[in-house]
Amino acid sequence: MQAAPNTVDPGEVAKFEAMAAEWWDPTGKFKPLHLMNPCRLDYITRQIAGEFDRDLDAPKPFAGLRLLDIGCGGGLLSEPMARLGATVVGADAAARNIPVAQIHAEQSGLHIEYLHTTAEAMAEAGETFDVVLNMEVVEHVADPLAYLTACRQLLKPGGLHVCSTINRNPKSFAMAIVGAEYVMRWLPKGTHEWNKFIKPDELFDLLEQAGLRPVDKKGFVFNPISWRWSISERDLSVNYVTASLRPV
Amino acid sequence: MDNTGRMTTFRGMEETRDILIVGGGLNGPALALALARKGFSVTVVDALPEMVRKNAAFDGRAYALALASQRLLTRIGIWERVVENSQPMHEIKASDGRAGEGPAPFFLHFQSAEIEEGPMGHMLEDRYLRRAFLDAMREEPGIRQVEDRVIAQDVDPSGVSLRLESGQTLRGRLLVGCDGRDSGTARRAGIRRTGWDYGQTALVCAIEHEKPHHGIAHQFFMPPGPLAILPLPGNVSSIVWSETHDSAAAINTLSDKDYLDILRPRFGDFLGRISLKGKRFAYPLKLTIANRFVGERLALIGDAAHGLHPIAGQGLNAGLRDVGALVDVLGHAARRGEDFASPLVLDRYQEWRRFDVATLAMATDVTNKLFSNDNPVLRMTRDLGMGVVNAMPGLRRGFLREAAGLTGELPELMR
Repeated sequence: MQAAPNTVDPGEVAKFEAMAAEWWDPTGKFKPLHLMNPCRLDYITRQIAGEFDRDLDAPKPFAGLRLLDIGCGGGLLSEPMARLGATVVGADAAARNIPVAQIHAEQSGLHIEYLHTTAEAMAEAGETFDVVLNMEVVEHVADPLAYLTACRQLLKPGGLHVCSTINRNPKSFAMAIVGAEYVMRWLPKGTHEWNKFIKPDELFDLLEQAGLRPVDKKGFVFNPISWRWSISERDLSVNYVTASLRPV
Repeated sequence: MDNTGRMTTFRGMEETRDILIVGGGLNGPALALALARKGFSVTVVDALPEMVRKNAAFDGRAYALALASQRLLTRIGIWERVVENSQPMHEIKASDGRAGEGPAPFFLHFQSAEIEEGPMGHMLEDRYLRRAFLDAMREEPGIRQVEDRVIAQDVDPSGVSLRLESGQTLRGRLLVGCDGRDSGTARRAGIRRTGWDYGQTALVCAIEHEKPHHGIAHQFFMPPGPLAILPLPGNVSSIVWSETHDSAAAINTLSDKDYLDILRPRFGDFLGRISLKGKRFAYPLKLTIANRFVGERLALIGDAAHGLHPIAGQGLNAGLRDVGALVDVLGHAARRGEDFASPLVLDRYQEWRRFDVATLAMATDVTNKLFSNDNPVLRMTRDLGMGVVNAMPGLRRGFLREAAGLTGELPELMR
């Protein structure tokens, strides 16, 4: 496991600051993530609060929980989790995201450990967590089962795994690829490969094969009129999220 | 509400608070109390000493609190402190009138029995409300009060700093301007305002009258502008009366006796003999709306965001709606761990309130133009209009719920 450097080359700081600003600009390149974030956070916080019996109205409700954010990017999920009191490790396979996320966490007055590594490498090193966040990653990996197995290994017994991805059907092709990449230009062309998208039943099967017990699934639905995302019980046709547990 | 939890942090000798509020009048304290109850640490800055703001004597200023506002005040522990000094409004009668004439044949009559929520509103004197706010803030450990004048404000990626006249610096994560229609907070942030003059001045006073008002509020639409008679406890009513700037200035120089001689024929003799109680006030009616309600680590509420024509006493009610909306937005953001001072979060507040305020500004403006008019055609139209509204219970209930502040997207504190 390659740990991120604790100090950043001063010559690079300005560049990383600019990149951090880009990650955190709600109208910039990562606008779709910012639009979706409140909805993702609502789901994640409720699942964690439910599973670990925490009161979200209390100060620092997630204190004492060790949480891993896989594919942390600029820290859009890691920072809220740290703010809620969790001990957060953010991991990203893209090395340049690490100092960017670190600089922004410092500006926010938050302590987060950001590592340039992969789930598999961390599992091998024997790291364990109460919560693993695996948001919008599984559709990008080469071997989903091996990857999800590593996620299970990273959990303490009874730990919570939250995994979101994109469904595979004509609608998701229209929305996630034609809509997001070509029409809205939200995402660079080629961000997603449609045949890598996973249907909810397939994901549940994969989770079970990986040794996890699926406990919940919900849809994330975008309303093009209000420009807001909301959580849906029934509509898992494009974006959806699952919760699963590592059996005790 | 940062990584060290909902407590204050230290940055050298500077204490960083979650929220800095500029303005300790009415909306500022309401916001401070609501936020402190959600666990935010708050500092309220006002240049006026508390003793001056406390305003103990009767001066005639009063508010018509809509039901939604009363609910918010209940939730933040204010209503219990003022309820015994409040006057419920059981009925509102609105009619078209011209000085020296009886009421027009058509008029609107609203009774609170028509909505389920009880009295449609309460009248409350300014002095009781201010005192309750100041007492409640002193008892709230999450609120710090500073008597000082703000001379500069600075924003950086991790917070906002206020430089005070005393040389002290305050540090916070979010700045909220509750400093009225000439908001220095908005000006220092480079937020410009749009506004126009109605050409009218509101004359405000309280009168003592011989006969009881039975908790009925009256609104007469007269050619120079509307006249409202709003019931206060006992045989006392608050009068809000609009005139053109010139006549208002002339009336304002008159002796109390001459002032009353002009006022008296405007609403007839249904309350018996009347006399002045307290001071006389004059407020030029101007609409002023900030071009943005939010900025970098900044939100504006109340008159700092929108000073409206007080035709329906909506100024304080609209300000408390801002309070409710901002508390909802910040509270939800904090619950999900978001940076509550981020532009994304603040935009939710602006989006929510801008629509309401634009609607209200347009509605009060149109109502005022339609009613402050002696054009016979318009006069007939509005007489017929009021007759129609009055004859249709459903429509009347709609108006009533609007007046009670129960329409639109309600903040949690007002539900």
